[in-house]
Amino acid sequence: MMQPTHSSRRILLPVSNWFIVLTLFVALLLNLIPFGRLPGIPDWVALVLAFWCVHQPLKVGMAAGFVLGLAMDVADASVMGQHALAYVLLAFAAAGLSRRILWFPLAQQALHVLPMFLGMQVVMMLTRMLGGAEFPGLLWFLSSFTATLFWHPVTYVLLIPQFQSQDKDVNRPI
Amino acid sequence: MSVVGHAPPPFFRRGPAPLVRLVFFVSLSLVLLVADLRFHTLEWVRLAVATAAWPLQRATGMPIDAAGDMGAYLARQAKLLKENEELHRRQLETANLLLRQRHLEKENIRLRALHDMRARQPVEGRIAEILYATRDPFSRRVIIDKGIKHGIKEGQAVVDDIGVIGQVVRVFPLTSEVLLLTDKDQAIPVEVERNGLRAILAGAGAGAMELRFQAANTEVQVGDILVTSGLDGVYLPGLPVAKVVKVDRDSEYSFARITCLPLAGVERHGLVLVLSGRAELPPQPEDVKKPIEPPGRGGRTKKKTR
Repeated sequence: MMQPTHSSRRILLPVSNWFIVLTLFVALLLNLIPFGRLPGIPDWVALVLAFWCVHQPLKVGMAAGFVLGLAMDVADASVMGQHALAYVLLAFAAAGLSRRILWFPLAQQALHVLPMFLGMQVVMMLTRMLGGAEFPGLLWFLSSFTATLFWHPVTYVLLIPQFQSQDKDVNRPI
Repeated sequence: MSVVGHAPPPFFRRGPAPLVRLVFFVSLSLVLLVADLRFHTLEWVRLAVATAAWPLQRATGMPIDAAGDMGAYLARQAKLLKENEELHRRQLETANLLLRQRHLEKENIRLRALHDMRARQPVEGRIAEILYATRDPFSRRVIIDKGIKHGIKEGQAVVDDIGVIGQVVRVFPLTSEVLLLTDKDQAIPVEVERNGLRAILAGAGAGAMELRFQAANTEVQVGDILVTSGLDGVYLPGLPVAKVVKVDRDSEYSFARITCLPLAGVERHGLVLVLSGRAELPPQPEDVKKPIEPPGRGGRTKKKTR
């Protein structure tokens, strides 16, 4: 009954706009950590953006993806528009599929999200390789898979404020 | 859940349709991509955003720095002792050269004066530290901790204690971006130290470099050291760059495939030296637009035919 899916009977609290902005900002900060070329570091911004696009398609969408993408382009020293394009496409796919995805349990939700992340990376690779960059190696795609593994924990972390009950109970915080 | 389950009645305004928004944002991104890749017109946007984000970036770098410091603190003493011994040995080896350098420089100046050549420009450098490698997996760049404030300019060469590692390509107020030699977009004019053969060395990705456009029978051997030729006016001549590791002379192609590995620790982190720019080279002669016409009749007939 605790499942954050449509098949659950649980009614969640409405989401706070500030919380959405805060989580996206924290994701951006996590992406700024300079891991260099270490493979398998998930793209936190893409993960959180996909989460909000699936859960709140009316509040977070392509405009947010575009702005976050520009920020990532500057932070990564990549070409302007590379992340923006990829995030816009990701937001479109996630928002479009949100009504389908939310009927599934979390593991199957993650399976829906994986092709979106992979597609996003393929878009980035195509735009850069058309511009004459080198192939980054297959290991680079590992970050999509690690991001998918984080779908389950991230769902619970980001829904904590909405899990709280309407009438406050000191003995039962969540 | 707060997701709207059904298509809303038209009186709930939700802005343009998703497809329309998608087309709008995708075309905007494509415009940005083209503007940046083709025309390089977005550097000021990048400068502004990067400057604003600088404190955030440093803050997020802290855990990594702390981990590095911790690792260095816990380094084995044996390793440090060994390194110390190695450094002493190298110092002794180079002492001979260092002691004689002043003498040689003076002699060189005298000889150059005799030859009536321009004195070589004295080199100045600024020590910088590599902060981190950028996350972008498609190019090989590092960020160093000196920028506009410290007098770094675009195009300056960056070397470490062994040889060239790259070139400054973007300057921010407190940091700058160095494009490494192994990047596919980076090319450097070199010459073979053994015989003075001039060539262009370009990055080939995956940490290697390639000596481009050399004929299949070119005079390059495995083990040759390549040094900068200084023809570009950016790098000083004679800086070690790379070593030839493989020469592939396939008769199917007209060019030999020559693979090289950088001598300097291009993909390592540490202290580097940003060399000051060189004095301006004399301007290039203007392109000869028209072929020089031979005097006499030939010239006239050619003009008539035009």
